[in-house]
Formats: sequence, structure tokens, C-alpha cells
Amino acid sequence: MNYHWNWAIFWEPSPEGWGSYADMLMSGLYWTLATSIAAWIMALVLGVIVGVLRTMPYRIPAAFAYAYVELFRNIPLLVQMFLWFFVMPELVPEDFGRWLKQMPNAPFYTAVISLGFFTSARVAEQVRAGVDALPRGQRMAGTALGLTLTQVYRYVLMPMVFRIILPPLTSEFLNCIKNSSVALTIGLMELTARARSMQEFSFQVFEAFTAATLLYVAINLVVTFGMRWLEKSVAVPGYIGSSRT
Amino acid sequence: MKRSLIAAAMGLALVAAPAGAEELTGTLKKIKELGTITIGHRDSSIPFSYYDDRQQVIGYAMDLCYRIVDAVRDELKLPDLKVVLNPVTSATRIPLMANGTIDLECGSTTNNLERQKQVGFTITHFVTANRFVSKKANNLKTLDDLKGKTIVSTSGTANIKQINQINAERNLGMTILAAKDHAEGFLMMETDRAAAFVMDDILLYGLAANSKAPNDYVISADALSVEPYGIMLRRDDPQFKAVVDKAMINTYTSGAIEPIYKKWFLAPIPPRGVNLNLPMSEAFAKVVANPTDSGDPAAYK
Repeated sequence: MNYHWNWAIFWEPSPEGWGSYADMLMSGLYWTLATSIAAWIMALVLGVIVGVLRTMPYRIPAAFAYAYVELFRNIPLLVQMFLWFFVMPELVPEDFGRWLKQMPNAPFYTAVISLGFFTSARVAEQVRAGVDALPRGQRMAGTALGLTLTQVYRYVLMPMVFRIILPPLTSEFLNCIKNSSVALTIGLMELTARARSMQEFSFQVFEAFTAATLLYVAINLVVTFGMRWLEKSVAVPGYIGSSRT
Repeated sequence: MKRSLIAAAMGLALVAAPAGAEELTGTLKKIKELGTITIGHRDSSIPFSYYDDRQQVIGYAMDLCYRIVDAVRDELKLPDLKVVLNPVTSATRIPLMANGTIDLECGSTTNNLERQKQVGFTITHFVTANRFVSKKANNLKTLDDLKGKTIVSTSGTANIKQINQINAERNLGMTILAAKDHAEGFLMMETDRAAAFVMDDILLYGLAANSKAPNDYVISADALSVEPYGIMLRRDDPQFKAVVDKAMINTYTSGAIEPIYKKWFLAPIPPRGVNLNLPMSEAFAKVVANPTDSGDPAAYK
């Protein structure tokens, strides 16, 4: 292989006018974290609401939740980002559209919104699976005790549902971090975009992508260990997963 | 006695053999052994290297590359040298060149000193300038008109690097967006996400000519910089570079460049029959007169 390795490239000044290539990757890391954490919070809130709606004994909210999930999980994330970024501002009144387009950091907000909606559909499915996994008797017992539907969810169902779905939620959080790289297509300078531009400026492809890979692995390991700790600390003795402590 | 004479003769023969015909090294040796040469091409670098409406790879750089292939064929006396086309993107061209998948990259790659630390470039085949395209209606003529505005350029290009520098140096307070590719950068300008799209002028002409309303756009007269394009090859491969350089110089001095240039820049080109109508720039005319492979923009002024 005719390739000139240059690991010292990270300390060379970047062509952006400030800092080194390492600083450039770090700013990418910052945007990756900002995007994925903001999108994850949005996904959790919306996902739980929609997931719960789907399991409610009412027809219309359940149908709405069903439509929501199918809409956001069946359209590829890349297409969703394009629709939010390029098409949506054309559909709203012109002045509002122009304001949207000229907004500073527009790619960031767009990325958070589309990644948030996309991930929320997947979280909603997991919440629904969690509720369905509980024996029907729990819901009935709650109602028999005279609890309202809200109380049944709040005090009987959801505490167990969250414990059951923690492992798949971990995967979903990791996916959310990795999916944030799709936002490079709408101009968000996150980690992958920074690695790409670093390789185009310097032509040191392998160094750039090795660094990006290691950074992604590092963030994901932190998340994995954090979530595992959370799983253990909230585990109910004698219930699923807790026997392996 | 007899045995030592034979040994001496053999020793002589061993020493003499490489001196007779120059030993092939690097890419030329590989091409000779495999009987194939692989050209890396782009998919939408109009008019340098792109797919036409019949999915054939065509373009100005491709025509030049085929002349290089002819020169290699003559040099190696390989009449049935096979040409393999391999599509590359800006992200894959370096690894594919380094690991020997492609031997030449024919497209619109800027030759600069930083990149020369990693790859080699043959004689410059086009000189472009960094300019911006904007909507005529917005009446943006110079860089100062862009003060405080949102502009876009393609991520990872020399252009965005330069506009970032100018923005910092001259304190213009522009918000600079990075588009994934040229088409998207133009789209951002077209949809008013950005006031201007900063890119190589030749690409801007192509994008504007192929847009829905070519007359709505204007390309700035102000040029921010000069960029030489080169066909890329492996670094530290003097034998192959000598053959390639010779083929390019030959194309320029024999005048063969004229019809090739006319075909791509002054006549309608596939797929949509658009005429870029771009006479040879002064900077490139100089290169044709005095061929150079310099990666220093100062050499083109």
C-alpha cells in the first residue's frame, strides 16, 4: 500500500482558520453529543406518550399513535431530514419560511427535530411492547382496586415497563448517537462531517476516520456502562434481570 | 579455470541485465503484469468526468485520460491493454489510490501542496477560480455585499477553507454553512437557505446552466483564488509520472488540446445539450503554453 501515514496530522493547524485538526474533530464531537442528547430527550418524551396512547383502551388515540409510529419509522431518516430541511419551509407562509431558513444553526434544530421524531417512533414501539409484556391481570387488579386509568399507568404499569425496556432503550440511544451522523447531509458539522472534511483537506483519510471511529466507540461505551449501571440500580429483586447480579 | 570463467561470465551477465532495458517499477510494472490500467472516475463532475444519459463515463478529463492510456500502451508495447473504469467519490479516492485499486483519478481534483504530501499530480488540466453564485434579484456583486449574510459552500473543499479564512481575516461576520455536495449547496442557495454558494466557477457555470431557471443566477466577477485541477496518481512513482506527464505535454504542444477543450466547454454537452460557453481562461492558456504540475496557486497568476 502506497500510503503516507502521518499521525501528527491532528496537531497541525486546521484550514478553518482556528485551532488544529484535533480541535476540529472535538467541535464535531460537541455537535454530535448536542444533537443526539437533545434528540434523545425529545424521543423519550414523545415516545413514551405515543407508546402509552397505543396501549390505551380508547380507539382514536390508539389509531393516532399507530399512524404516528408508522409515519416516522417507515420513512428513511435521510429522507425525513431532507423533508424537514428543504420541503417544510416551502409549505409554511413565506415570511415564516424565510425566517426558518435564515435562522442561525438551522441544520442543528432540523437535525434534532427529525432525529427526535424518528427515534420517538421506535421508542414508542418499545414502550408498547413493554406494556404488552405485562400480564393483563396487573391492569385488571389496578382497576379493581379503584385506581383511575392514569393511576394504573402511573403506579402499576409504567414502573415495570421502564425496567423491562431499559436494555432495548440502551440500543436505541446508541442508534440515536450513530444516526446523528446522517445530519451531515443537511450541513450539520458533526463528528462524521468533520472527519470527512479533515480527510479532504489533508488527504489523511485513515487517520481522520480512525479518530472518528474511536470517538464514537468511546461515547457509546460510556452510554452502555451508564445504562447498565442504571439497570442494576433500579432492578426489582426477584424480577427480570436482577438474578444475574 | 574453465569453471571460474563461466562463473565470471555469469556474474557479468547478472550485473549487465538490468542496465540493458530499464527495469519497470511501480505502477508501470503493475500495469504490464496485469495487462490492465484502472481509471478512477467521478459520477457527476460535469464536464470533467460524469455519466451521460446512456450511463457511459464521459468528460473532458476522461478524454485526456484516454490519451494517457494510449501513451502507456505504446510505452509498454501492450496493444491489448485493457481499461477498467472504477467510480470514486471524494472520500474513497485516496484509499483506492493508496491500495492500488485505481492508477489514475480523472476528475476535478484540486492540486495543492498539502495534498502532494499524500499523492502525486500530473500536468494541470484546468484552472478554475473560487467565485460565488447568487440570485440576480439580490444584487450581490462583491464579497463585501455578503457581509453578515448566510452563505454555503461544499464541505471538505478548498473553497470552504478559503471562505472561512477570508471571513475571519476581513471580519465579514458571514454564517458559513457546509453542504454535503455541490448539488445540495446550489439547492441551499436556490431555496434561500443561503444568499450565495461559494465554489469553483466552472462547477457553478455547470450547476446554473442545468438549473430550472438559468437566467435567475449570476456568478460573481470577484475571484477569491485560483485553483489548478490535476489528474491524480500515486506519489513517488517517477517512472509512471514521466510517461503520464509526457502524454499531457504532448497533448498541449501538439495542439490536440484545442478540439478537446472546444468539445467540452464551447459546445453543447450531454446529457442535456447545455453549452457551458466558457472560453479558455488566461491562466489555463498559460499552462498550455508552458505546461506545469505546480500545486502552488501563485504559479498560475
